[in-house]
Amino acid sequence: MSQAEGSYYVPHESRWPVFGVPGIALLMAGFSVYLNGGNWGVPTMVLGAIITLIMTVMWFRDVIHESVSGKYNAQVDVSFRQGMAWFIFSEVMFFGAFFGALFYARVFSIPWLSGADPATSQFLWDSVVLSWPTAGPGMLDLDYTAMGAWFLPTLNTIILLTSGVTLTWAHHAIKENHRRQVVIGLALTVALGFLFSSIQAYEYFYAWDELNLRMDTGIYGSLFYMLTGFHGVHVIIGALTLLVILLRVLKGHFTADNHFGFEAAAWYWHFVDVVWLGLFVFVYVI
Amino acid sequence: MSSTTHEAHHGHDDHHHAPYGITRWLFTTNHKDLGVLYMTFGLLMFFIGGAMAMVIRAELFQPGYNLVDPYFFNQMTTMHALVMIFGAVMPALTGLANWLVPVQIGAPDMALPRVNNWAFWLLPAGFVLLLATLFMPGGGPAAGWTMYPPLVLQLGDAFPFLIFAVHILGISSIMGSINIVATILNMRAPGMTLMKMPLFVWTWLITGFLMIAVMPVLAGAVTMLLTDQYFGTSFFDAAGGGDPVMFQHIFWFFGHPEVYILILPAFGIVSAILPTFSRKPLFGYSSMVYATAAIAFLSFIVWAHHMFTVGLPLAGQLFFMFATMLVAVPTGVKIFNWMATMWRGSMSFETPMLFAIAFVILFTVGGLSGVMLALAPVDLQYHDTYFVVAHFHYVLVTGTVFAIMAGVYYWLPKWTGHMYDERLGKWHFWVSTISVNVLFFPQHFLGLAGMPRRIPDYALQFAEFNMISSIGGFVFGFSQLLFVWIIIKCVRGGEKASDQVWDGAQGLEWTLPSPAPYHSFETPPVVR
Repeated sequence: MSQAEGSYYVPHESRWPVFGVPGIALLMAGFSVYLNGGNWGVPTMVLGAIITLIMTVMWFRDVIHESVSGKYNAQVDVSFRQGMAWFIFSEVMFFGAFFGALFYARVFSIPWLSGADPATSQFLWDSVVLSWPTAGPGMLDLDYTAMGAWFLPTLNTIILLTSGVTLTWAHHAIKENHRRQVVIGLALTVALGFLFSSIQAYEYFYAWDELNLRMDTGIYGSLFYMLTGFHGVHVIIGALTLLVILLRVLKGHFTADNHFGFEAAAWYWHFVDVVWLGLFVFVYVI
Repeated sequence: MSSTTHEAHHGHDDHHHAPYGITRWLFTTNHKDLGVLYMTFGLLMFFIGGAMAMVIRAELFQPGYNLVDPYFFNQMTTMHALVMIFGAVMPALTGLANWLVPVQIGAPDMALPRVNNWAFWLLPAGFVLLLATLFMPGGGPAAGWTMYPPLVLQLGDAFPFLIFAVHILGISSIMGSINIVATILNMRAPGMTLMKMPLFVWTWLITGFLMIAVMPVLAGAVTMLLTDQYFGTSFFDAAGGGDPVMFQHIFWFFGHPEVYILILPAFGIVSAILPTFSRKPLFGYSSMVYATAAIAFLSFIVWAHHMFTVGLPLAGQLFFMFATMLVAVPTGVKIFNWMATMWRGSMSFETPMLFAIAFVILFTVGGLSGVMLALAPVDLQYHDTYFVVAHFHYVLVTGTVFAIMAGVYYWLPKWTGHMYDERLGKWHFWVSTISVNVLFFPQHFLGLAGMPRRIPDYALQFAEFNMISSIGGFVFGFSQLLFVWIIIKCVRGGEKASDQVWDGAQGLEWTLPSPAPYHSFETPPVVR
């Protein structure tokens, strides 16, 4: 906490948050209408997404402008750090819900359906034997193959871990004012991020077409696509954020002492990285 | 750096006086404006949710299908809960936090003022989606606020709107909480150490943490419902290897901390009011802080006591039963401390104190029925009866809502610069307190006698108590109009309030003028 100036900084009011609210409402309402089979759902969604995007861009634009013009003091910096750290914690808990579902299915519901709980197996599917991965007792005849850890997921693990190294390299470089190294490190990280997404997209096509592994392939398909899918979305968001940071580095927005935008994006990327390790172990390997 | 300082001062000069017109409220980043918006929104939703409760009590006035279609009755029970929890109580508490936390810790404003604006304005958006479902084909959500599958998957067009409304409200809560937590950790005045913070700030710090931790879990749970419905997943379908009970585990992992989110700030309010009107410091401040933290910790390991009848393994039932009973220990510490605060105090009984004392007594009634429900073997009898309804309305209405009302009366002079009408305030208190007990106490007997909850019709032997309960409900509902009138009257004028307002009150908020200036502290106050 720096109180050297003896004064607080209070940012001026902004019209972008409230501008974006109808965007989010339209996005959600449009998606709902689409799911209900209404034909104006998709245009509403697109409109809502555009408004939300404008809000995001303009809001960040204001903040970047204020930051670059030196309006923020050390206390504001700590507020931003707190905000980002708690936001990432909330994201961890969101993934926690899906990991919880994975562990519950594997530790409880599948063994119970397989006879560990006599009442369940007797009254639902008598003498059925299930083992992970499974599409459940109602789809015993379904012909599908589980996605193994080798080869694509392992490759993607290496890619993501490498991207963590390149990002840390860029972080050290920014602290020592080696601009060229920052640019190279960040560019490599972004490239590895998009490479990861491309390989994951290929993995999905392969699983869907060749392995007959789909969203409706029972609990295994559900967990596989939801966990890796939400992670994949986070990879794309993280890579786009780092891309914006790269552009800001090129515009000279950051100094050796003042580069929280970079650090926030880096925190987010490392969080995405750690979630992947959990996924790799519990969805692919074990 | 000197230019920075100049800029900062300049920014202040522009905002010494509140801007005018609708754009003030749309674009505001001021914590007091947002506090007012949050509390006004909460009050509006309190009446919308209350109107739904009136429909419920009117239908239950006599046995038989009297007034509404049973399916509409189910919509009312579901929406009443969603509106009251996410629309009335949580925004009212967040509004109190917005108004009071910066003032109580000596900050100029919240840490992230624009996020604050966004978090508030997402609420009306979420409720437009949620309330609009009542006018859709198939009606509104009718499967209970807990949204258990497979029943919830049988809703009509309301289903995706329900899910996305919960998402929007969740984003709002998470953003609001991140802001409050960041403010408390980062914006305290020099000398305001953690253990000098008023208890309301402490309880909100812990509540904020709970919200950031569990709202995303709810988001995950309802997302799984959505994909089960539309994208073919099998999370809650045994045929695919999933389990409908799994939803209940994930939901209540959110849901139990959620009920402490609703009560902890109420503890903070009461801990501010009782010392003021007892003219004694709060008894056992540090034990209050530790008890709050202990309750928050325990909230994460007791969720399955909501599910004793779903066929949990015996070990699970035992663990969750004993863990739940442990909650009574820190809660008992709190109730003891409140009584010890009042003990031999020079007490006076203004309206906030009356509501606070009623809180201590009636919340304890709800706490004791909670201990009864915690016992797995007995809960098999009580589960899903009106006993549960009586229990959570005692802790939520005579608990949280009474504490919010106590807080509104307590801080209203600071907000408006006028004293409220004490005579009307006392009328509001006595009518509310008597009617709310007429409303909810007979529901204990109904539940113990076996009347199930969430039904529009009932067996004849339950008729008398239901009629008594409904009469109490109508009186309680309409007496809240008096509350609105008192607030309006106080905003428009009244006896001028002094800066100190209450002679026994402690804390930084009472060092500010009444009404407080637009920005509270432009330079940090010194806390000794």
